[in-house]
Amino acid sequence: MASYFARRVFQGLLSIVGASLVIFLITRLSGDPVVLMLPPEAPEEVVRQVRESLRLDLPIWEQYLGFAWDALHGDFGRSYRWQMPALDLILERLPATLYLSVVALAFSMVIAVPFGVLSAVYRGSWFDRFAKGFAMLGQAMPNFWIGLLMIMLFSVKLGWLPAFGAGTPAHVIMPAIALGWYPVAAQTRIVRSAMLDVLDSDYIRMGRSVGAPERVLVWKYALRNAAIPLVTMQGVYFAAMLGGSFVVEVVFAWPGMGRTVVEALFSRDFPVVQAGVLFSAVVFVAANLLVDLSYGFIDPRIRHGR
Amino acid sequence: MAVEADVPAATAVRAGGRRFRVLAAGIPYLSGGLLLLLIVAAVFGDALTPHDPTLLNLRAAFMPPAWVEGGSWAHPLGADNLGRDILARIISGARVSLVVALWAIVLSGGIGALVGMIAGYFGGWADVIIMRLVDIQMSIPSLALALILAAVLDPGLDTVIIVIVVSYWAWYARLVRSEVLSLKERDYVALAKVAGCGPFTIFHRHLAPNIVNTMLVLATLQIGQVIIFEASLSFLGLGVQSPDISWGLMLADARGYITNAWWAITMPGVAIMLTCLSSNLFGDWLRDALDPRRRQL
Amino acid sequence: MTPALKVENLVTELALRRGVLRPVDGVSFHVDPSETLGIVGESGSGKSMTCLSLLRLLPKPGGRIASGSVVVGGRDLTRLSEEELARDWRGRRISMVTQDPMTSLNPVYTVGDQVGAPLRYHRLAEGMRAVRAGAAAVLGRVRIPSPESRLDEYPHQFSGGMRQRVVSAMAIACEPEVMIADEPTSNLDVTIQVKMIDLYRKIQEETGVAIVLITHDMGVAASICDRIAVMYAGRIVETGPARRIFRAPAHPYTRALLDSIPRLGRKSRRLTALGGQPPDLANPPTGCRFAPRCALRVAKCAAYPPDAALGEGHSAACWLAGNEADHAA
Repeated sequence: MASYFARRVFQGLLSIVGASLVIFLITRLSGDPVVLMLPPEAPEEVVRQVRESLRLDLPIWEQYLGFAWDALHGDFGRSYRWQMPALDLILERLPATLYLSVVALAFSMVIAVPFGVLSAVYRGSWFDRFAKGFAMLGQAMPNFWIGLLMIMLFSVKLGWLPAFGAGTPAHVIMPAIALGWYPVAAQTRIVRSAMLDVLDSDYIRMGRSVGAPERVLVWKYALRNAAIPLVTMQGVYFAAMLGGSFVVEVVFAWPGMGRTVVEALFSRDFPVVQAGVLFSAVVFVAANLLVDLSYGFIDPRIRHGR
Repeated sequence: MAVEADVPAATAVRAGGRRFRVLAAGIPYLSGGLLLLLIVAAVFGDALTPHDPTLLNLRAAFMPPAWVEGGSWAHPLGADNLGRDILARIISGARVSLVVALWAIVLSGGIGALVGMIAGYFGGWADVIIMRLVDIQMSIPSLALALILAAVLDPGLDTVIIVIVVSYWAWYARLVRSEVLSLKERDYVALAKVAGCGPFTIFHRHLAPNIVNTMLVLATLQIGQVIIFEASLSFLGLGVQSPDISWGLMLADARGYITNAWWAITMPGVAIMLTCLSSNLFGDWLRDALDPRRRQL
Repeated sequence: MTPALKVENLVTELALRRGVLRPVDGVSFHVDPSETLGIVGESGSGKSMTCLSLLRLLPKPGGRIASGSVVVGGRDLTRLSEEELARDWRGRRISMVTQDPMTSLNPVYTVGDQVGAPLRYHRLAEGMRAVRAGAAAVLGRVRIPSPESRLDEYPHQFSGGMRQRVVSAMAIACEPEVMIADEPTSNLDVTIQVKMIDLYRKIQEETGVAIVLITHDMGVAASICDRIAVMYAGRIVETGPARRIFRAPAHPYTRALLDSIPRLGRKSRRLTALGGQPPDLANPPTGCRFAPRCALRVAKCAAYPPDAALGEGHSAACWLAGNEADHAA
């Protein structure tokens, strides 16, 4: 278990280094940032100074090492627009994004687990088909469109929920649904097929033979086994939530990292964009590591290194 | 215990109405038909609509769909804030969606398949490096990667395609690699190798035909995803730029007058939704139809 | 004596794509308290389906009891509601040991939790501490050494033989009147088989449980059963005291089965001596179902033979039973 985990940590770090390299190369591809930063009539001397301070006079691999070294120390440069270190800005906005992603993921599970379980128990029934249809819709609708429709209905027409901003629990409902509907389809499918396997297993039959009520068999004994494949996929869905949050945060003016990065993009505030994208990669890798660790809590066979 | 103990529930007769089965049988036709409609709209779009999608007509501004009071069949799905016909714009947007989806899938599929075949067939260092790249690619949320790319390239159709290719090739690479790995174990591939066939012949003769089906299914399933991706980028203003028309861009525009015209928000979204549903349903059906094991059931 | 379990004319149907099968087709038998009945037969003879039918654990959808009765403690289990059956009968008065010890325990719950479960469901122990103590006691009864220390372990930490003991512990936890054991030893090593059979005998001495042992292995049946019922193609073809079945088998099928008993130093084998396959249950022969494979077939076999009583509770469904000597001559 320990060596397995060490290997996963190493792979995760490698992914983050790779991501930083990709991000670095892409931003360098865009050409000379000095041109963007300084007015065209800037004196030669100033241009040279700025180039040196940005290490643009060095070979590209040294530039990358410098970038990586600074990034490791949390230095992505200052935001042109907000006049503060880019990383501080991202860290300040990150909790709102994590909060939204977690609520969205929780929403998707609250729908997907009962849907998947009941679809398996009553396979082939009208409920099975309804759950499949509901889940498919979530995959076919862009999250921002779901958001707009909900704003139109619940904010403009009915006035039940605030259309944008954050602050109260009511604010998170619509963004979380818009964001969390997408993974419902895949999660329902995973729970359903895992439950179908488990419900056919010998140990469920054994449990039934000693008088376990159906309710306990399905929601306790079977579900805990069926949850293993679901948990293993949560890292992927969390990434989907992070990715989706870039758009959903814009729709609902949610004060998170995603909206900050999108806004930074339009004001060509590259340090913020770099910090934000790299940070979302870090969060993603960390989430996957957490998922790896959590198997052990659900599946004792892994906990004991089998 | 052939008969008694292991009767799997799957082979047992299922309770389930005939009605459902008839309905289910229609799904591939319905979804395939809708995709076909999309292609027709994309190819012959201009000839199909009486309106120029970019034509302003301020007298028709905010005209609701025909079946709503105040609507007219001149603009069946209504008009936007500048009186432009929404149906005409949706048909015109279909072309952008389809062009983006087609190019993005062909390119990312081609690159991914090539890279995946190399990784799976040669193994060793090539495999390690390529799979590491896939891992890295997958550890950056694809929209984040897209944002940073869209920021350094000029926004537009080409950028959207490039961004999608960069975000999607890894899926194909992974899929094709695992297919090649399993095919490599088959006797006929091993025999061909022993017989002295070069890697190119083996790819061409033995691997490619087997991989095509799987790729086709993934590609069909991804049409919908790619269209949503394009719509998201365009909605953020990083994708297709006006005066080009795209469904995502229409939604971005309509967001500005969300309180005035529900149809301007609803209609382009419905177009996206129907396209995605069709692509998902058709892809599912295709997968079952191409898989001999499933067909027998 | 009132039998612990009395089965009469049990018919079980299984709806498959290719048609409706009757893996159990009119089976009757009884078991007395403290008695062990062996149901023997080849794979596919309907033994396991019989055993699942008794507890109404047939695969769903598709499996159902079409007719007949299963009486325990004066009640017909086929007529109870699913809830009542689970609450008062399964695990409480009639229980089952399943075939494969490796897959019969839930991998994500501790052994203590699973062995304690029947005690909890049937309110024989209330509260966490009482359930744990009860579970430990039951594990002790199946001779698992230092049971308290193993309560918090998971199934994968137990060996195959120990797992079968745990499964047996679940089955006897509530001291049921009837225990059905479906091939409880067929997946175990021979030495462990002997220990398990020994264990079942001891448990029976202690609790007076009636055991229905299902096996394809005549050697196992010989070592523990008081009476034997031989099953073929969904029907019981011969039944009687074990001693008589082994000394004087009356049905040609029983004789063929006996030929498969392992001799010293030879591994048990299945029915290789007998040619042919058991009949397709979707389409069974109209007369004696064994006739197509029977060396002693006569014209009368085209009609299904009645049970011929041979004394001492011994009977066989064969035209030749009892007066076979005349015909064989």
